[in-house]
Amino acid sequence: MAFIPHTTEDVAEMLSLIGANSIGELFDEIPAALLAAPLQGVPPALSEMQIGRLMSERAALDGRPLSFIGAGAYEHHIPAPVWAITTRGEFYSAYTPYQAEASQGTLQVIYEYQSMMCALTGMEVSNASLYDGASALAEACLTAVRAHRASSSRRILMPRTVNPTYCQVAQTIAGNQNLVLQPVDFDRSAGRTLIDALRPYEGEDYAALVVQQPNYFGVLEQVDALVDWAHANDMLVIAVVNPVSLAVLKPPGEWGTPAAAKRGADIVCGEGQALGVPLSSGGPYFGFMTTRMQYVRQMPGRIVGRTVDAEGREGFTLTLQAREQHIRRSKANSNICTNQGLTVTAATIYLSLLGALGLARVAEASMARTRELTAALTAVRGVRAVFSGEGFHEAVLGFDRPVGPLLAALAQRGIQGGVDLTERFPELGPSLLVCATETKTSEDIARFARAVDELQNPAALSRGAA
Amino acid sequence: MSDTLPDDLHYTKSHEWVRRLPGGEFEIGITDHAQQALGDLVFVEVPAPGRRVAAGEACAVVESVKAASDIYSPVDGVVLASNAALADTPELLNQSPYGAGWLMRIAVDAGGGTGGLLDAVAYAALLAEESN
Repeated sequence: MAFIPHTTEDVAEMLSLIGANSIGELFDEIPAALLAAPLQGVPPALSEMQIGRLMSERAALDGRPLSFIGAGAYEHHIPAPVWAITTRGEFYSAYTPYQAEASQGTLQVIYEYQSMMCALTGMEVSNASLYDGASALAEACLTAVRAHRASSSRRILMPRTVNPTYCQVAQTIAGNQNLVLQPVDFDRSAGRTLIDALRPYEGEDYAALVVQQPNYFGVLEQVDALVDWAHANDMLVIAVVNPVSLAVLKPPGEWGTPAAAKRGADIVCGEGQALGVPLSSGGPYFGFMTTRMQYVRQMPGRIVGRTVDAEGREGFTLTLQAREQHIRRSKANSNICTNQGLTVTAATIYLSLLGALGLARVAEASMARTRELTAALTAVRGVRAVFSGEGFHEAVLGFDRPVGPLLAALAQRGIQGGVDLTERFPELGPSLLVCATETKTSEDIARFARAVDELQNPAALSRGAA
Repeated sequence: MSDTLPDDLHYTKSHEWVRRLPGGEFEIGITDHAQQALGDLVFVEVPAPGRRVAAGEACAVVESVKAASDIYSPVDGVVLASNAALADTPELLNQSPYGAGWLMRIAVDAGGGTGGLLDAVAYAALLAEESN
């Protein structure tokens, strides 16, 4: 189907009216050297039937692996109604219709989503979502620099326990706006950020400290101490959180000791995929951001508000648009001027179906499965837990030999064993980040541990066979 | 229009006004013309006291129901005070642009002054020119 409404006759008529011979001629003023060549390596269009067949064949190549990979994207059970409702015609759109007079249902869903994210994070205002967790962190850094009115610093403290992919994306986006992201080292035995590592920055002019909870290693940071330290040193706190974990952990809005002068994170962001969005090879996911009302004008992205119409009836509409690009042009908070409407719809329905208790059960089951997984794997000779710090639903395991070949051999057996951290964190030695959620059974965990044992200790196999 | 312009103030081409207070510091606001052009103001962000500003630097933001605009400092100096009442009652800017709707007070750097700013007559001429 063609999406261009003009017929060949329309085009010819318009061209003749302005005295041009072809559409190409309209671009004549662009020097030939600057014009992009035709796309390379893109095959001619396929029919729907051909595409369907190709995609089925590709999907079959993936197999149905048993996955213990986490590191930012998590496999959770998605109740059947979530996508049955999300894909209804009223919601199913690649673009979010914002026209208030025609889109009350969509706008209300986003408003409910914002309310849920505020409740989970303990913040006062949420935007309508961002692209993903990594870009949400980049936007949170930019927001913090704008929001910190007493300082014009563009420096942010970025602990190494923050997801390194997020740091890389934040560096790409915020680095181009002259932000400096200063890494802070972590404690080798506990696997978390210590106040001692922050001492060199005491009294220094930094806009914010980033705190990821649970951190990239799955370990729980001592958030109260970190928040108190940041506020005592006149820095804002950017929390990066897994929304599922918030069902059992303290919301960022309450981080810090009650006695402290100022309590709680100032900006909260993260990846929303775990809330009802399938892994789908990495996307589309959605990022979220919440903050305190005092910083709302520094927040990027769409915000849906509740209001009344001329007759006093409740309604929903986009609000505070003067922050945005279509109003403020180059001085807008961000060039983000859309959201991830469809995945946000799924998350809203997921949270509605599970409720607070259901989400807490998902979080608790995931923690229990990960404890079971860690116990099973560290019982294998040559495998040990790298960190002593208490965790959520991920853990780092250390090995006595390179992890790459082990992962390849596990994949041969239909098991995705985790993320090899050795390259990014060479100081840990051969190390593997593993995750188990409520989707894994005791049998799955036993199968994984047995495979690791057989691959690590071939003698075990012969003992078993004897 | 010119007869509504206070003649004890100085003005900028970007529609700020400047009043020299008895203590020597300068009070800054936006003109009646500016508030009319912006429409009903819903939010005003003023700089924190202690902030150093340069002439021509964007240092405050006024947001109306239809637009958000930067306010430029007319002088080099340090912000002494900003109008806290505007946080809850931004409409003061619409109601009293030359009085209760003032934005900030600035201690002007030594040697700085109203040189380079417009007087009421010159600003009236600018408005007349813009309306043509």
